[in-house]
Amino acid sequence: MWRSPQTSTSSRDSERLAKISGSLFKPMFSRHHHLSAAFALTLAVSAIAGRADHTVPSAPAGMVVIPAGNYAPLIRTKDEPPSVPVAAYYLDERAVTNAEFLDFVRAHPKWQRSRVSPLFADVGYLAHWASDAELGPFAPAAAPVVRVSWFAARAYATWTGKRLPTTAEWERTAAAGFTSTNGATEPGFPAYALVWFSKPTPDTLPSVGLGRPNFYGARDLLSLVWEWVDDFNTAMVSGESRGDTGLERTLFCGAGAAGARDLTNYPAFMRAGLRSSLRASYVVPNVGFRCAQSVSP
Amino acid sequence: MKTQLPLPRLTAALGLLLAGATLLTPSARASEGTVIAKPGGAPIATELPLEVAVLTKAPNVPPPIGRKHPAKVVVNLEVKEVTQRLADGVEYTFWTFGGEVPGLFIRVREGDVVEFHLNNHPSSKMPHNIDLHAVTGAGGGAASSFTAPGHSSQFTFTALNSGLFVYHCATAPVPMHISNGMYGLILVEPKEGLPPADREYYVMQGDLYTQGATNESGLQAFDNVKAMDERPTYVVFNGSVGSLVGDKALQAKVGEVVRLYFGVGGPNLTSSFHVIGEIFDRVWTEGGMKHVQENVQTTMVPAGGSAIVEFKVEVPGTFILVDHSLSRAFNKGALGMLKVTGPENRRLYSGKEIDEVYLGQQSAAGSAASTREAQLVAQKAEAIAKNPEIANITKDIQLERGKKVFLSACFACHLQEGQGLPGVFPPLAGSDYLKADKERAVRTVLKGLSGPITVNGKPYNNVMPPQEFTDDQVADVLTYVMNSWGNASGSVSSDEVKRIRRAGQ
Repeated sequence: MWRSPQTSTSSRDSERLAKISGSLFKPMFSRHHHLSAAFALTLAVSAIAGRADHTVPSAPAGMVVIPAGNYAPLIRTKDEPPSVPVAAYYLDERAVTNAEFLDFVRAHPKWQRSRVSPLFADVGYLAHWASDAELGPFAPAAAPVVRVSWFAARAYATWTGKRLPTTAEWERTAAAGFTSTNGATEPGFPAYALVWFSKPTPDTLPSVGLGRPNFYGARDLLSLVWEWVDDFNTAMVSGESRGDTGLERTLFCGAGAAGARDLTNYPAFMRAGLRSSLRASYVVPNVGFRCAQSVSP
Repeated sequence: MKTQLPLPRLTAALGLLLAGATLLTPSARASEGTVIAKPGGAPIATELPLEVAVLTKAPNVPPPIGRKHPAKVVVNLEVKEVTQRLADGVEYTFWTFGGEVPGLFIRVREGDVVEFHLNNHPSSKMPHNIDLHAVTGAGGGAASSFTAPGHSSQFTFTALNSGLFVYHCATAPVPMHISNGMYGLILVEPKEGLPPADREYYVMQGDLYTQGATNESGLQAFDNVKAMDERPTYVVFNGSVGSLVGDKALQAKVGEVVRLYFGVGGPNLTSSFHVIGEIFDRVWTEGGMKHVQENVQTTMVPAGGSAIVEFKVEVPGTFILVDHSLSRAFNKGALGMLKVTGPENRRLYSGKEIDEVYLGQQSAAGSAASTREAQLVAQKAEAIAKNPEIANITKDIQLERGKKVFLSACFACHLQEGQGLPGVFPPLAGSDYLKADKERAVRTVLKGLSGPITVNGKPYNNVMPPQEFTDDQVADVLTYVMNSWGNASGSVSSDEVKRIRRAGQ
């Protein structure tokens, strides 16, 4: 199933239509949402039709396009605008896998486990791999790579000619549901977004790309691993989620999360919380990443 | 509670702090780091005897401190996300302090310097932190302990205030972290310690919000809509439905003083904590150490609050712990048990004394219903009488009960084997007088007997007082007497006694 970024494909829209139609017949689809196939097809077709207005070139292989739009940050100060424009961008359909990351460390041995600088990755970097250049049983080739630092993720992205997505880009993509740009208004979607939290991280992670694609065609955003973003350290939630108004910036909540845009979006709070708990050298057993690319200026 | 000292005390405390600081040489200050002043006491340097805190899983409580001096106490608490039973057939991924809900119980002494290590297990999905209400300091330690998965944080505080304090995770979204199980209790013993108790237990209440309805089976996810609406699907003691019942019930013996350290994690509900069949002799309300309320039936414990309740168990039995907002106890799990074993005390509590049909105004004697019931009762009695097997059992039961009655009253004169005392108390064993007239025997027990009689050819002239027995007791004791020590002369029914009693009135 996994198509490497190097593989070329046919035109973006025909690929997308094929993908959406194909997914209609996956049992997952009807099990989760009980939509009749006909109704779902109508939605899918109208979604594509609606998107015909966007003058965005088709995405590189393995990536999906997210058209220009606005992002309303979860947490902002009084001085910051309620929403910020986000230019169109491409985002990997799936998280980066162990196999892909192995290619990278083979090409750049300084990112191998035994050679990585402790400044750029903490102890535990790729600890689940069998060795420097061998995945082993705990790191299936098609599973997302985890235990990678922000530095390492960034280096990989650069190697592929891409970059890490920004928080705004990542969150904008993840805010979409299965059938619209706003999952919060899709029946059942907010509850679905919490299900991942009810399951402990398995010892061996499943393969990427098995999740149902969201409105933009991106998979697994809310159901596989946490993902690094380029500006993770701007989340700036202190450990004290209720009193952050007292900090030098008006960062978060305070007096009952007063600065937050949507207090019902628990998953977004948790992502903000996770990002602010991290430092760039941290390696965490359930934090991976995917890459993004700007639509050429 | 954070310390709110009245101004004079605060000034005194500052004065002490300054005085303490000036007593130290600069080098001493440098090596000891912080110098912490306790209001009203001497400054405490951090160079104190070192101890590692004993932490216990609910319902157990660490032993009393016993120390007469402060110490530096190291607390190691591991945050772990674990999937375990919430109710029968229902699993839930709990976020825990120490792998347990509620979190491990921490016990320190007022004035102790607590070095706290929060370790977030590598398998955790979430970053976590801890806010201990026993901490005087911003966030109760939360900001200093915010910890990514697979990392560890350390901070130190002085336990300024004695009391029973809640601790909990304060990472956004806080209600979810708490609902998922991230709460526990820390007891800061007053310097003089607490009065001794025979049993100390740890019970904590929390409310949970599952996407499935109450008791819907399977692994359940958190439902933030129900949480925001404060509509819990579960309200539980110690982390799961049935955590304190059956084999897991709390235990005590009659005469013991039982002390419960009770806390409410919430995130939302206040508890009306009550133990069915007990009155709390003493309640340290709201977990504070200064005021003890006495003879309390139900104590209200706020979310993020606590109480210490204590009572002496006087009688045996099973005592039920509930949140007296009873739908929570009956339908959602807020129910536990305390099993007390030991001798009965009938003076304090009789147990059931009478259980009989009560017809009330609805079914007066002579009504169709009562007539019909009487017919059925008669029919039943007849059926029993005709069935020798049941009849024999009935008689056997009567004999056992009759023996008890005999040994409680009659044997004093007629003696244990019914042999009597020649010339004074006539015998019952082999008595021709007894055998000759059953009705006379019944009347004798009911009304007593005085004056001369002849039994087995020998004269007796004494007084037997009337016996204050029920009809059943008269029937039972006479049946026993008429079938013991070689006697074999039938039986007496309760109905016969009733008839004779009525005839004699």
